[in-house]
Amino acid sequence: MSASIEMPVLKDHDEGLHPIYLDYSATTPVDPRVAAKMIPYLTEHFGNPASRSHPYGWTAEKAVENAREEVAKLVGADPREIVWTSGATESNNLAIKGAANFYSAKGKHIITVATEHKAVIDTVRELERQGFEATYLQPEPNGLLDLEKFKAAIRPDTVLASVMFVNNEIGVIQDIEAIGNICRANNVIFHVDAAQATGKVHIDLEKLPVDLMSFSAHKTYGPKGIGALYVRRKPRIRIEAQMHGGGHERGMRSGTLPTHQIVGMGEAFRIAREEMDVENARIRRLRDRLLHGLQTIEEVYVNGDLEHRVPHNLNISFNYVEGESLIMAVKGIAVSSGSACTSASLEPSYVLRALGRSDELAHSSIRFSIGRFTTEEDVDYTIALMKSKIGKLRELSPLWEMFKEGVDISKVQWAAH
Amino acid sequence: MTSVYLDHNATTSLDSRVLEVMLPWLREQSGNPTSRHIFGRSARTAIEHARTQVAEACGAYASQVIFTATGTEANNFAVKGIAANQAGLQILHSAIEHPCVSRPAQSLQQLGCKGHQVAVDQHGKLDVAQLESLLDVPTSLVSVMLANNETGVIQDIATIAEMTRQAGALMHTDAVQGLGKLPLNFIDLNVHAMTISSHKIHGPQGAAALVLDKRVDIQPLLHGGGQERGLRSGTENVAAIVGFGMACELAMANRQDFAKHTQALRDQFEHGLKSLNATIFSSQVARLPNTSFFAIKDIEGETLVIALDRKGFAVASGSACSSDSTEPSHVLLAMGVTPDLARGAVRVSFGTQNTAAQVTSLLDVLKNEILRLKQLTSIAA
Repeated sequence: MSASIEMPVLKDHDEGLHPIYLDYSATTPVDPRVAAKMIPYLTEHFGNPASRSHPYGWTAEKAVENAREEVAKLVGADPREIVWTSGATESNNLAIKGAANFYSAKGKHIITVATEHKAVIDTVRELERQGFEATYLQPEPNGLLDLEKFKAAIRPDTVLASVMFVNNEIGVIQDIEAIGNICRANNVIFHVDAAQATGKVHIDLEKLPVDLMSFSAHKTYGPKGIGALYVRRKPRIRIEAQMHGGGHERGMRSGTLPTHQIVGMGEAFRIAREEMDVENARIRRLRDRLLHGLQTIEEVYVNGDLEHRVPHNLNISFNYVEGESLIMAVKGIAVSSGSACTSASLEPSYVLRALGRSDELAHSSIRFSIGRFTTEEDVDYTIALMKSKIGKLRELSPLWEMFKEGVDISKVQWAAH
Repeated sequence: MTSVYLDHNATTSLDSRVLEVMLPWLREQSGNPTSRHIFGRSARTAIEHARTQVAEACGAYASQVIFTATGTEANNFAVKGIAANQAGLQILHSAIEHPCVSRPAQSLQQLGCKGHQVAVDQHGKLDVAQLESLLDVPTSLVSVMLANNETGVIQDIATIAEMTRQAGALMHTDAVQGLGKLPLNFIDLNVHAMTISSHKIHGPQGAAALVLDKRVDIQPLLHGGGQERGLRSGTENVAAIVGFGMACELAMANRQDFAKHTQALRDQFEHGLKSLNATIFSSQVARLPNTSFFAIKDIEGETLVIALDRKGFAVASGSACSSDSTEPSHVLLAMGVTPDLARGAVRVSFGTQNTAAQVTSLLDVLKNEILRLKQLTSIAA
């Protein structure tokens, strides 16, 4: 394939047909440079990397090891500490089940946070069904974990803690270093879901006191279906494998490695390492432009701390607007209300509820997540669109009318009918 | 790469028609299938279309197809997921399963699920009488692979499944090597669960499936966002799944031609092996049409494989997954082959692109390499 692959440009964002993509936290387009690098490994170099007996296998294996180095470089790890998985969900399952089961003699108590991704929460729930106990800590209203509360939750039988680096819904960044230090001091294994962090915050596992860290490719302009788990060697962390078989990945994760996807993840992470700082500065400017534009609308609330937050994310609640109608009304942009994995249900986001937001505000929230290909025009269109649609929806809202008249809605006695 | 590729049971090249349908999903089309906007919806539609293609290729309903990342994962899911609900009951599997069935079965010992191997005869066929007697003990699951990746031996799954059902147990089969090579029908096979994989049928690595009777109670292997109806969480690998679907459609259309073509090559090859005094494993029983597993007395399989590679023929000394181990094939040992002979094993697995001329050339090279290696050993002796 030649190098002349076009950058995806989103033109003609007529309502609903070609919306502007502002849902980078759900998934990202594959960077054209990544796609170009992957394709030869789908066509010519198709060998099974475990085949030691011929060049088809060797070529594939070499590509896999190069990619492993790139992933390791982005996060300050040794390549031998990187285990390939099918994605962050699998990495989270492997880390939490793997470590909790391996070290269960130490204790059977797990600490995590109520705002974690379902891949962590559901996995911890599964362990509870198997006889573990779990504490789900509430964050502060700004989404950040209070370190004293974390410390207080630790028991003599706490074996593992899992805290995500960057939250997928509100983009807040936890103080991983401080939390890790508390874990070290208390002999607690520390797992971090970094799926939303790579390419957005600097990660140096030589300095961070983290034992296990999950990575995803498709949040960082790589392909779907591939991720990795960092497993610390010094001091050595052991985990029980969850997928047994041919002994791949030093016995930690069996299964034929998908060479082309691994190559894609390696390239995506290389680009992230080289371009992160410049890119993030540009994205921050765009996000702030969007924020300022939206703040000219009355009664909008930013969800989550603005300072300790990645530059890509803006999660905003629009008061006195009905949630479902809101999403329907803004077809010109592709965004999400609640995380992608749970957007099939009509329940208000559990993350926003954990911040203390009311059901109504949680329902009427939108997550705008911008990225590499977002332009100033996209942002300006969005501001104009939101102003127009919010205006129209509020015109139809009796609650808005009452608010404008100065009625304290929380004091109203609603009659049933 | 000017080497002749003869290792199709390890993995296969991507069909260009499969690449074509995948490309948009690696480029412009990029939604998360769970997102509700058009990017997500179009990804969702593509996945569901692929699901029907996969289902059709193996005689199942679309709702019975659960996508996983690898065949290993689907096997782990089946074995652990089914046994977990019936802790304390034994699990039976053949002595010739791929480690991604036998090892998860082993790992369940700690849940009180004893695993037992069912022996095979010298041809590699399951000892059905032994299975019957083992089934006297309450059993949760029986797992027997449809076709072995090393010898190519095909088991009578329908009969084994019936026996299993009579005993009140569930039946799983690893059909990864059967898809695209044998007529495959989930209903006819009479099993509760079946594993298939994309990269064995000219589809991409990174997609596979567990085909599952919906009445089976199974625990998920991966917990999280609830994809695949809660049975396999994780953002779907849209491009690979789309590729898998197309590969299934093509495999179904090409299966008879594939069988005819590769069987002719295999027959040609094994005819030539006769004059080389080779032992051909399992030649007396029904095998995959493309597979030839043989050994030359006093010649190490590894050595021969390397020699053939130097001469431009890519083969294997057994399963790819164990190709860096020097242990003799557990499949051959289970058949009663002596370790010495087993260490000589070489596997050639043909594909659609291979030709009769290549086979002639291979036999020529093989003859010369065997002679050369025998001379070397006699010099060393």
